[in-house]
Amino acid sequence: MRTEIRICGFGGQGIILAGIILGKAASLFDENEAVQTQSYGPEARGGASKCEVVIDNKLIEYPKVQDLDVLVAMSNEALIKYIGDLKDEGTLIVDPGTTDVEDVREFIDSHNIKVYEAPATKTAMDEIGIKIVANIVMVGAITKITKVISKEAVMKSIEDSVPKGTEEKNIAAFEAGYALVE
Amino acid sequence: MSEKTNRFLPYMRQDRLPHIFCPGCGNGAVMNAFLEAMEKAEMDFDNIAMVSGIGCSSRIPGYINCDSLHTTHGRALTFATGLKIANKDLDVVVFSGDGDAASIGGNHLIHAARRNLNITMICINNNIYGMTGGQVSPTSPKGIVATTAPYGNYDTPFKLAELVAGAGASYSARWTTVEMENLVLSIKTALKNPGFSFVEVVTLCPTYFGRKNNLKTPTAMAAVMKANTVFKSAAERMSEKELKDKIVVGEFANKQRDELSEVLEKFSIENSGGKTAVNSAYETEF
Amino acid sequence: MAEEYFIQGNEACAKGAIVAGCRFFAGYPITPSTEIAETLAHDLPKVGGSFVQMEDEIASMGAIIGASWGGTKSMTATSGPGLSLMQENIGYAFLTETPLVIVDVQRGSPSTAQPTMGAQGDMMQARWGSHGDYEPIALSPASVEEFFYFTIKAFNLAEQYRVPVFIMADETMGHMREKMRIDEDRIEIVPRKRPELTDDYLPFKHVENGTTPMPAFGDGFNIHITGLTHDERGYPDTNDPETHSRLINRLCGKILNNRNEISSVFHQFCDDADTIIISYGSPIRAVIEAVLKIRKEGRKVGYIKIDTPWPFPEEQVIELTEGAKNVIVVEMNLKQMYWEVERILKEKTNVHFMGKIGGLLPAPDEIIYEVKKVEDK
Repeated sequence: MRTEIRICGFGGQGIILAGIILGKAASLFDENEAVQTQSYGPEARGGASKCEVVIDNKLIEYPKVQDLDVLVAMSNEALIKYIGDLKDEGTLIVDPGTTDVEDVREFIDSHNIKVYEAPATKTAMDEIGIKIVANIVMVGAITKITKVISKEAVMKSIEDSVPKGTEEKNIAAFEAGYALVE
Repeated sequence: MSEKTNRFLPYMRQDRLPHIFCPGCGNGAVMNAFLEAMEKAEMDFDNIAMVSGIGCSSRIPGYINCDSLHTTHGRALTFATGLKIANKDLDVVVFSGDGDAASIGGNHLIHAARRNLNITMICINNNIYGMTGGQVSPTSPKGIVATTAPYGNYDTPFKLAELVAGAGASYSARWTTVEMENLVLSIKTALKNPGFSFVEVVTLCPTYFGRKNNLKTPTAMAAVMKANTVFKSAAERMSEKELKDKIVVGEFANKQRDELSEVLEKFSIENSGGKTAVNSAYETEF
Repeated sequence: MAEEYFIQGNEACAKGAIVAGCRFFAGYPITPSTEIAETLAHDLPKVGGSFVQMEDEIASMGAIIGASWGGTKSMTATSGPGLSLMQENIGYAFLTETPLVIVDVQRGSPSTAQPTMGAQGDMMQARWGSHGDYEPIALSPASVEEFFYFTIKAFNLAEQYRVPVFIMADETMGHMREKMRIDEDRIEIVPRKRPELTDDYLPFKHVENGTTPMPAFGDGFNIHITGLTHDERGYPDTNDPETHSRLINRLCGKILNNRNEISSVFHQFCDDADTIIISYGSPIRAVIEAVLKIRKEGRKVGYIKIDTPWPFPEEQVIELTEGAKNVIVVEMNLKQMYWEVERILKEKTNVHFMGKIGGLLPAPDEIIYEVKKVEDK
């Protein structure tokens, strides 16, 4: 079954790496198919950043989002910009530290959106001690909530994707994110 | 009947002669100086690869019996860069003119000097576009008349040898075709120098420079050139006014530093466990 | 045993180049192709090769021609603005029969336009960008895996026909990541043929529909290579109409007369199709998704995926569209390959166009809408 995930936020938050980790996990470690695409502006830091991952158990033709299942917003600007693409009864995951769901309450209510709050930035600061792993905390939350990729696969993918020597901190960030939501 | 033959004829592609150069043109003299310098430097003629762009002087590699690449206008150095890096054992020599090297190819010139790739470049500077019929060039002296400067050239010319030295070449010099001995020795030094070596040769174009500028014969042009030539050491003690219209000859850079093809080979050997890619296009296994 | 990777199209291209035997890359940074240069800057020294960042794209193109004559398979990668700058030297490579590969990861154009957005606006630039008559080969990959294999194929075709070969990718293809399986059994490498050193060797010998093996500089042949019209020895001969005509006709003929060997398509459901959609590169993925969906509604729709836009696979397209009532060309420009299709099919069927510019891939639903519009008219 096709699942479409979009992660969005600011350039510099590690949005694209989060998508790569999910895509690689599904594709190489779960033996499913996955396509990751991205779009970004000219700013390396601070501009809008968007990353899409399509996961399926069969070959993926169209690589982009058609009917968005999961929107992960790590900035309020991105939340407001992309909420309209989320399908009815779709899943919204936000970092309450960087977004305000009340700004999109009307859409959430009228489209029966399931909302999860995963305080990724705060958890990264409080539990790991560094803000830059907020994206990996979010990967933990996405893994737990969506259940499209196995926990083991994502952990292998993180180890395969992050800089050498940072594996431990990143796995801890992932576990912290995984524990954030029920 | 005994014909006087040029002693360098064995190095030439004799089936391509006669050459296209006009009577009195300095290109032949520079070609002779180059071949003599090759002998003096004891270079292996079979290992020479010559590259040129477009213009009268760029035709020289076509007359010499070697592997030669006659490329697009201004771009000879870029082709030479790929050729030298692909096979650093080749002795790569670039022939160019002032328009080719300093106008359309000016950016490549300063970057080749910056990279200090082991190439020898001989820039025959006749201060004019000869092949297209006498247009002003970036080395044309201020005030001269050319077909595209009918009221006199209003631009200040580049001083090529100084420019290239400033851009980082490990050897840069300027000579003229009226003092062949120094020129030969300088080309010899350039051929031996393991880095980017630039020899500017100021020369005559009687057909397009002379006729337009009241220098009626090649002899008259040569006399004026000789009278205006000043050694660098002497020039350093002269005022700007005294140096007007003078051709300052000598070496402007002669200091070795890291050379690109050596550095790249070192990267390859260190990262690949000793491999290089010379002639790898012919290999079947990778 | 196949190896699996989850990598970007641009990285797959770089890996394909290394496997094909590319050992020299010269380039200039430009979005969205830069990852090819970055990957090769890192990987080439590991196989004994060299990477050099040149001062501009003109220089990059010159350097890879020089390196090819130096005996090394060579490549550059760029996007539209860089391809524009390379054009004069690309013509030089055609005239001097220099094998090399040029990758164009297309972005919104003309001019600087949309650096980070996809497009297919350079297709005609690959065809006609340099001055004069010549016949290019261009491949358009539609998956990360294809980007890898097509890069190898590009090097092979370049050696086989002694020509520059284009890979016309696009931003989506360059930047997307997906699974790539490398199967060693699927890899075939065409090495350069070294001629025998004989007195009568001619580097530009007149071979009907073909070319002749080329030596490397330093092999002892003392060859002369020029961008002027040349005879079979390589010597300039610029005023004889016959020399020029014979040379250019041979250069064009070696591609045109082998077009069925060179060009290839992939197709599905064309046998009984009322409507056939023709596309290439990233948009074909939207087309396939649309075709699979619309066939479930009982409509007979097929598609042709053009793998080699140049030389255009005329015969294959004519044959496959036989009997179709409508043909729709889908591409990310305002009619480029459309004109090829229209030229060969206008007497036989109705040729329609669906173009999308702005940077987004056409969506499957947009294509379905177009099919219905055409069929239900």
